[in-house]
Amino acid sequence: MDLYEHQARGLFEEHGILVPRAEVTASPKEAREIARRLGGPVVVKAQVKTGGRGKAGGVKLAADPATAELTARRILGMDIKGHTVGKVMLAQPVNIETEFYVAYVLDRAAGRFLAIASAEGGMEIEEVAAGRPEAVARIPIDPAEGVTSAKAYEIAKAAGLPPQTVDVLVRLWGVLVREDAVLVEVNPLVRTRQGQILALDGKVALDDNARFRQARWGAENVVHDDPLEEAAAAKGLNYVKLDGEVGIIGNGAGLVMSTLDVVAGCGARPANFLDIGGGASARVMADGLSVILSDPAVKSVFVNVFGGITACDAVADGIVQALDAVQLTKPLVVRLDGNNAVRGRAILDEHAHPLVQQATTMDGAARRAAQLAHTS
Amino acid sequence: MAIFLTEESKVLVQGMTGGEGMKHTRRMLAAGTNVVGGVNPRKAGRAADFDERAVPVFGSVREGREATGADVSVVFVPPAFAKAAVVEAADAGLGLVVVITEGIPVHDSVAFHAHAAKKGTRVIGPNCPGLITPGQSNAGIIPADITKPGRIGLVSKSGTLTYQLMYELRDIGFSTCVGIGGDPVVGTTHIDCLAAFQDDPDTELIVLIGEIGGDAEERAALFVRDHITKPVVGYIAGFTAPEGRTMGHAGAIVSGSSGTAEAKKKALEAAGVRVGSTPTETARLVLAHLETERDVSHR
Repeated sequence: MDLYEHQARGLFEEHGILVPRAEVTASPKEAREIARRLGGPVVVKAQVKTGGRGKAGGVKLAADPATAELTARRILGMDIKGHTVGKVMLAQPVNIETEFYVAYVLDRAAGRFLAIASAEGGMEIEEVAAGRPEAVARIPIDPAEGVTSAKAYEIAKAAGLPPQTVDVLVRLWGVLVREDAVLVEVNPLVRTRQGQILALDGKVALDDNARFRQARWGAENVVHDDPLEEAAAAKGLNYVKLDGEVGIIGNGAGLVMSTLDVVAGCGARPANFLDIGGGASARVMADGLSVILSDPAVKSVFVNVFGGITACDAVADGIVQALDAVQLTKPLVVRLDGNNAVRGRAILDEHAHPLVQQATTMDGAARRAAQLAHTS
Repeated sequence: MAIFLTEESKVLVQGMTGGEGMKHTRRMLAAGTNVVGGVNPRKAGRAADFDERAVPVFGSVREGREATGADVSVVFVPPAFAKAAVVEAADAGLGLVVVITEGIPVHDSVAFHAHAAKKGTRVIGPNCPGLITPGQSNAGIIPADITKPGRIGLVSKSGTLTYQLMYELRDIGFSTCVGIGGDPVVGTTHIDCLAAFQDDPDTELIVLIGEIGGDAEERAALFVRDHITKPVVGYIAGFTAPEGRTMGHAGAIVSGSSGTAEAKKKALEAAGVRVGSTPTETARLVLAHLETERDVSHR
């Protein structure tokens, strides 16, 4: 789960890292109040979980409270790379002397976290790394040791950062570990003309798997931009909305991703990703079907189940019960294979729903579902 | 032979007495796995009954190992206890720990992988279906009745795609199938499995299944090019996955250009791996290869 800049700023502050004075709001009127409280000019920053907001006009300097209100009004509701701006952060400008880059990221290949640091902050670190790789230090962190002062000194030295950043590097590791983050990035980390080390902008991604032990992560942090995703999430479904016309239900993330590809290979576009997991109970099937059928873009639905641990007759029973609970309005192609597939197919044959047809192979079923999407 | 798991393997189950643990221990026993015990400190000294077979429960992995000579553990404990379970198994000196548990915080898995590596313990997973050597042993949740022993080795991130390919190629059979798991950090990689299959005399051909996210497949491709002389057939899922969205597997997330299915396919093909566009076509590539080989050897 990615955090907004203002949330990342809040975490940095809690962990004793200096940040600019700032407040966040969704209201232009309140923006004026905040600017007055902060005093002097303010930076108005769009809160979106994507990069490039400066170029998109989502970061502006406002000279006084009245301008801050106007600027906030202009930025709120703005669309930045498909993200609608719901809130702005107003921050006190900082007199920057030097900009640095520091981050801890997961190195999947090495199976550990990596410190990435550079004395050339403020711009895209990928560009620095591509153009002048020697300007970016990469130091692996032993998980048993973490970032001690000695380790932080090593990182700072390798990157050419001043010794004052050592304390920030140690505290930032604290953010990563104690908040169960998989990424913390400060870009830029700045030295002000007054000599302070300040985190000017930051990115934090939290580990969804750690939700069980991070009690304060509220449900409000999970924001679904799409109403169908919202409805699916409320039913506990693993659903992602896509922009095609063939609805997809399958079991297992890998098989469902493969199903999307096979449907796309047949010249149709998948309308969604939906993994109903191992169980595939009647209730889950009914919930999944009802979400997919409520998507107006869907023209046909493809249920692709390989019975591994799940028995196909149980899945077929689930489909039959789901058809009692949900009014089927679009053609449904079912492919059942694996454990008890013959019995499962017989159950569906017996039920003989006019909109349900079966195919014995995944490729054949995908072709059929694609055809139906084009003709209906 | 086979890789990592044979009929000689003596298996402990950590979390055996829970619902999933009981269900899958029963299935493992039915598949011929030599399950020598379970671990649960609160039920130590008792036994769990599986269709007329009593499996003892030990208070710790070390105790279980000392009593039975166990060398493999399968972990079903909930995410909050997984780190302690793996550390315990590694400290007890087990050679292989198979972590089925899904939803383990990444800081925990990073910590237990580092610890296991120091102790010389191989970890498979987490968030994986485990591995099966058909006809010999099954450590995890892969259905044992899909296929029979044979000459294909399979390595995959995804469970259900593994089952699908096992099913498509059921008449040929498999030496060992390893589900390495879809988490961002896994203990045993595609490369580890490729190297083991290369050295396994029972494996004639290797099937490699990957999916979007990370660069494990790209690295595997380089390894194939430099170190694998056996034929490799590949399949990649996730061509239609949108950027920046997680699709079920925590590892299956694309952001930017690297880690896309297209990049992985190209890397594999550049290394001489034939890549199927669907699971069925992938199976056909395997069959075609084995047929040609037979024709050649009959001449």
